[in-house]
Amino acid sequence: MPASVDGYHGRPILKRPVWTWEVPAYFFTGGLAGAASMLAAAADLSGRAVLATSARRVAAVAALTAPPLLVSDLGRPARFANMLRVAKPSSPMSVGSWTLAGYAPAAIACAGLGELHRAPRVCRTAGLVAAATGPVMATYTAVLVSTTAIPVWQAARRELPYLFAASAAAAGAASTVLVAPPGAAGPARRLAVAGAVGELATTWLMRRRLGTLTESYDTPPSSTLEHTSTICTVLGAAVLAIAGRSRARVPAAALLVAGSACKRFAVLAAGRDSAGRPGQLRNLA
Amino acid sequence: MTLRTRADQVALAYPAAQQRPRVGFFTDTSICIGCKACEVACKEWNDVPEQLTRFTGHSYDNTGALGADAWRHVAFIEQRVAPTVEGARDGTRWLMSSDVCKHCTTAACLDVCPTGSLFRTEFGTVVVQQDICNGCGYCVPACPFGVIDRREEDGRAWKCTLCYDRLKADQTPACAQACPTQSIQFGALDELRERAAARVADLHASGETSAQLYGADPGDGVDGAGAFFLLLDEPEVYGLPSDPVAATKRAGAAWRAALGAGAALAAAVIASLIGRDG
Repeated sequence: MPASVDGYHGRPILKRPVWTWEVPAYFFTGGLAGAASMLAAAADLSGRAVLATSARRVAAVAALTAPPLLVSDLGRPARFANMLRVAKPSSPMSVGSWTLAGYAPAAIACAGLGELHRAPRVCRTAGLVAAATGPVMATYTAVLVSTTAIPVWQAARRELPYLFAASAAAAGAASTVLVAPPGAAGPARRLAVAGAVGELATTWLMRRRLGTLTESYDTPPSSTLEHTSTICTVLGAAVLAIAGRSRARVPAAALLVAGSACKRFAVLAAGRDSAGRPGQLRNLA
Repeated sequence: MTLRTRADQVALAYPAAQQRPRVGFFTDTSICIGCKACEVACKEWNDVPEQLTRFTGHSYDNTGALGADAWRHVAFIEQRVAPTVEGARDGTRWLMSSDVCKHCTTAACLDVCPTGSLFRTEFGTVVVQQDICNGCGYCVPACPFGVIDRREEDGRAWKCTLCYDRLKADQTPACAQACPTQSIQFGALDELRERAAARVADLHASGETSAQLYGADPGDGVDGAGAFFLLLDEPEVYGLPSDPVAATKRAGAAWRAALGAGAALAAAVIASLIGRDG
């Protein structure tokens, strides 16, 4: 008997992710923090104290914001500590929870001790711990969404980590540009522009990989978020590259930050759309 | 670190005195009469909340799909066929199937659960520990069959337990106990697989060539299901994915990409130091 064209009464097969806005907000915040910590450590080790301080402040604010976002998204927030009940390498969320548990205190301590001008050796060590876990903070959430049955996420598992890393670089460095005096912000500016270019390039690569699955990114609300992200990122990067030492750096950097945030929300929206399209399961490899 | 959670390696996790043969369901949909006794029995035994949905208009199926509040779901398909087809009446053939959690050998829900709430029982089944689940929701999009879901007000994830409490008391799960036609068969998994193979051979011999097993192959994307089915048409007709894969089996490529991306990020950070400071 021929299969019905619309499957079982046209119903979706998969369950839609239950995650609300806090989750893409965390992708954005956590990635931003990780990248900022990496920049801070590079600045610190190369004697760029002013830049290091700025980047550390950015990382700390993000590190303070990230865990509450995750806790509030839980169905049982009071049980957040159960995330550290086991260590489970098969679960990207377990890897991430443990990483965050190490990263956040380090980033906050580093910035705190820096502000208080106390214990410089401890401060630097904490900063290095934050920087060492920074790459994980910037990429593990991509592994997390890829390790699901959602076609548009799973199919892009080789591209999403690069997209998230680039987006984190753009947001973390651009945030640092907002905070740092322009005379010290050179590396942050360059990293922000590089991250922006990377974000655009990896998006293009991901779309190529997805083929027909791009329909999930081309459907509202993901399409709206994607277009907004692209416009913000292109504009922000262009202005920052051309006039990054002037006051124009402020709106430019803000655009890059907004572009990165929209990108994360676009990815989540695309996943929610993808879950509702049983036809996509046939095109999964 | 948690121990291996594949169903066929569960012996490693339990002391000898607690080990049991792996059990599961063989649901022979060719003899399902669509009575929904399984749905009712499951709800009664497990105190699953009522889920009064709108009239769906999807044949006799007003449950819709498996979910946090539906652990057995009877699907109804009315197919237009040639009147000469076996079992067809007035050009319509009924396909009915009681869907359930597959209790996969490699269960993506279990593998991604960060709290260890989802675990492998001594019977080889997959169960959510409700006193541990914190409702992170990761299991929900991880399941390739769309089984598990988060209960809205409760906040935790819920699904079929294969009546773990009844198994511990040497009883049959509620749905299998209630099924009047023995469409739902419960027992040791290897014995069920043998029985199913024989049943498919019988159906083929009597002309029902579209009869096929679903989830019985230990080489499939979830390494075989603890609850498998005999279908009379393609899986998609029943709302089942044609090629389900536990996503965690493909995580290696994602992690390698994360490694590369992290390294690229580090390189970009260092490279950004080149040039003017201001």
